[in-house]
Amino acid sequence: MTEYLYYLLLGLGAAFCAYRAMISKHLLPSTLYLACVSALASVTLYLLGAQEVAVIELSVGAGLVTVLLVYVLSVVGDDNLDPTSIIPKPLAFVLVATISILVGWMAFPLITTPSTSNEVMLAQVLWKHRALDVWVQVALIFSGVLGVLGLLSEKEHKIETQNESIPVAAELKKESHV
Amino acid sequence: MNFDPLNAVLIGVVLLLAVGFYGLLITRNLIKIVLVLQVLVKAVVIALVLAGKDSGNLGLGQSIAATVIVADTVVAVVALALAVQVRIRIGTLDLSKISSLRG
Repeated sequence: MTEYLYYLLLGLGAAFCAYRAMISKHLLPSTLYLACVSALASVTLYLLGAQEVAVIELSVGAGLVTVLLVYVLSVVGDDNLDPTSIIPKPLAFVLVATISILVGWMAFPLITTPSTSNEVMLAQVLWKHRALDVWVQVALIFSGVLGVLGLLSEKEHKIETQNESIPVAAELKKESHV
Repeated sequence: MNFDPLNAVLIGVVLLLAVGFYGLLITRNLIKIVLVLQVLVKAVVIALVLAGKDSGNLGLGQSIAATVIVADTVVAVVALALAVQVRIRIGTLDLSKISSLRG
């Protein structure tokens, strides 16, 4: 019963933080609420016995993604834009409630008493049964990093080429800065 | 009423999914959509580990969850970089204005 309450409180807390992240008018509080969701999710994962995934979730979800979002906000600015939604909010609420009831109705009977048989360690699964997936993940990380570098460096390259094509304007700009 | 702890985890997963879907339906800010997708993926990660634990195959559930976290992080990084480019070139992050642009 105590364990049930712990899990329930963690789930409710994560859902509350997610809702606050969604309805917040500014993006910086939304980012911080998302980090809270990630921290609560990692605690849940830890209690479920998935310590490795909990560490990955905490470091990536609450660390890397939060830093990235704050960096992006520092570049684009924290616009106070929260325009009216595309579809009416009551309709969205009804749709989501229907979907949630259906998901719960289908998923709850599937939960049985957890069996401890056939337990395999994570490292064994990763490096023996799913070794190809691990290499795909490595390639995915590198492609993501290269893609971001390409996207972010495009603007600087464009500015450089513009300055080269108009040398007088570039010199005048430098002089005005001095 | 069944007080199995895994049922409580499932309640949290369904609530997180509901909040994520609601956010996807009502949000028009490009960065906030990335943020809502992160919420959805966190719910999926917990559900994967829960399914692994329930079926007695926690290692497999963890490995798939780790793959999902990596893929989701790369998606978020690329989407945020695209959002920065959209903001610089078009000047807005509003999806309706972006989609109504003519090339």
